[in-house]
Amino acid sequence: MFKILKYSFYDLMRSRWSYVYFIFYLALGFMLLFLNNDLSKAVITLMNVIIVLVPLIATIFGVMYFYNSREFTQLLLAQPLKRTQIFLGQYFGVAGSLCLSLVLGLGIPFVFYGLFKSSAIWDFGLLLVTGGFLTLIFTALSFNIALSNANKIKGFGYAVLLWLFLAVIYDGLFLLSLILFEAYPLDNFSLAGTLLNPIDLSRTLILLKLDISALLGYTGAVFKQFFGTEAGLLISLGVLLLWTGLPIWWLTRQARRKDF
Amino acid sequence: MAKRLTYLRPRVAPHGSTFPDAAGALSLILLLTLCLTWVPALAQPGTIRVCPDCGVSSLREAIALATAHDTLLIGAGTYRESEIAIDKPLTLIAEGRAVIDGEKKGEVITIEADSVTIDGLEVRNVGVSYTRDNAAIRVVNSRAFTIRNVVMEGLFFGIYLEKSREGLVEDNTIRGEAEEEFNSGNGIQLWYCKDVVVTGNIVKRVRDGIYLEFSDRILIENNTSADNIRYGLHFMFSNDDQYRNNRFENNGAGVAVMFSKHIEMHSNTFRKNWGTASFGLLLKEINDAEITGNTFEENTVGISIEGSNRIAYRGNVFANNGWAIKVRGACYANTFSGNDFLHNAFDVSYNSNVNDNVFRGNFWSDYAGYDLDRDGRGDVPYRPVKLFSYIVNRTPETIVLLRSLFMDLIDFSEKVSPVFTPDNLVDPYPKMKRNL
Repeated sequence: MFKILKYSFYDLMRSRWSYVYFIFYLALGFMLLFLNNDLSKAVITLMNVIIVLVPLIATIFGVMYFYNSREFTQLLLAQPLKRTQIFLGQYFGVAGSLCLSLVLGLGIPFVFYGLFKSSAIWDFGLLLVTGGFLTLIFTALSFNIALSNANKIKGFGYAVLLWLFLAVIYDGLFLLSLILFEAYPLDNFSLAGTLLNPIDLSRTLILLKLDISALLGYTGAVFKQFFGTEAGLLISLGVLLLWTGLPIWWLTRQARRKDF
Repeated sequence: MAKRLTYLRPRVAPHGSTFPDAAGALSLILLLTLCLTWVPALAQPGTIRVCPDCGVSSLREAIALATAHDTLLIGAGTYRESEIAIDKPLTLIAEGRAVIDGEKKGEVITIEADSVTIDGLEVRNVGVSYTRDNAAIRVVNSRAFTIRNVVMEGLFFGIYLEKSREGLVEDNTIRGEAEEEFNSGNGIQLWYCKDVVVTGNIVKRVRDGIYLEFSDRILIENNTSADNIRYGLHFMFSNDDQYRNNRFENNGAGVAVMFSKHIEMHSNTFRKNWGTASFGLLLKEINDAEITGNTFEENTVGISIEGSNRIAYRGNVFANNGWAIKVRGACYANTFSGNDFLHNAFDVSYNSNVNDNVFRGNFWSDYAGYDLDRDGRGDVPYRPVKLFSYIVNRTPETIVLLRSLFMDLIDFSEKVSPVFTPDNLVDPYPKMKRNL
């Protein structure tokens, strides 16, 4: 597995796209910090970018990579190797290189502007952790989609639709149900709704760490009570882990059964 | 005898003196010479010197000895006294650091006469009580009082003005240690007062920095009210008042103006009133007021307005607030003109789709229109109410979707073609450049 991981990883490290991705974040980080020298404000702006772009890029990249390395995969399948190892190796290769681009791309400019001396370091750390989780989750989901759809167009379509659903449509439905049931106490419902979507969960986790959480008012207080405690933080990390683990488990299951 | 030494008015014998005239005169002359050799400065008529080592070593004695319009010079030192009643027109001036320590035994100074001046004392350790509003300095039924340069620490209430008029409260410093609302008092409280000037005071860490109830024609100027638990400044049932050039920072909530008429609010700064239930300025049942030239910066809500009519908002700056203006209903005939709205999460929020207020000639940092004829006014009207703020008003829980992509999308579509937000709630002539 590690050999395959290494192959995928080095393959990606040599490819143009990881560099584009890395340079994009590098430029974004430097630009944000150049425009407003305030680290904590830059973290807020960065959050907006991360919760939208990281899942999208992870999804597209995952699907693309899987389809592109199809022949290589088939070659590997002919070898005396465990199937789960082949796919997991590829998956971690892709997800790892994406995470590395994210962390380095954003980390370098922030360190450059004095992150270690700033109080924003924990917020920034949380931002990177959620960004990493989102990469892992959405790469796994896209691998699943690509594995179960031999048709590239279909696979791409589903993958984009999945991103669209979690990033936009889910919030729309969430909003609709909140308005429909406004006569009922909605605190626990909104808490559950937030926990179920990894993008919403990441957004809320970061928002609550920032000053802006005062805007959330009463509901925010309920949220803070939940996420502010250690149990709440553990639960939300658990949910993120679950979101990562379930697609990976499904991937291995599918990989074992799939007829190539 | 020593007590009488300092009493040097020749006309009248000291309190309850039983000296026969000749003997009294003789002894007075004798004592005068004695006195002059000891403390020469005492020789001013109408002046009583108080200091820990003097003949008169307590304020209460000095007040008892004094007659109307005397001056009490209070020397440096600590005076452990409480419940000091000033019942005649006197001037109390501190020479050096004169500390009056109430030892938490109730009220410290009570003024019950007209024309009393207190200058430069330091009052500390007022007794906390759940049944009495103990104050460091209380003024009851008095006219023409002056309280100046007083430092108050260890407080319950600071300065409590009760049914008094034509007074001046100037350059005092009030530093409380309030933690909870229920067991703390207000910094400067005016109750049934008229024509009082409150200027240049610094009030910190009390319940309400300055509190007015049933007080008319009060001028509040150049004060700083910060870190208070509840409000920086609080009006209740008080009319025709003015407050200018004050600074309200980091209070539970900045200023609350309730049930009052004809209040003028000029050039104040409301900063960092930040928290889930905080605001810079709360207006409730306020009519015919003027709010001009103020700065609202980094408040959760800049101004929260409820049931307030005919108010002119001119030339204010709203910067980096959560909500710049939150209109909660029953607000009619208000005008917002020439204000600057800079980078607020929400500029204006409304909870109904009826609007009777006028927005005109404001600068909005979110404005994306153009100005082809270059007259400084945008050619496209600006709609300050976002759909999201409308939804949040309707269902507060939806705020959890703050900064989600979906919300940005529907805000954009509402901006292009308004459906939910009030039709006529537009600024028809938004400014292209900042007014201020």
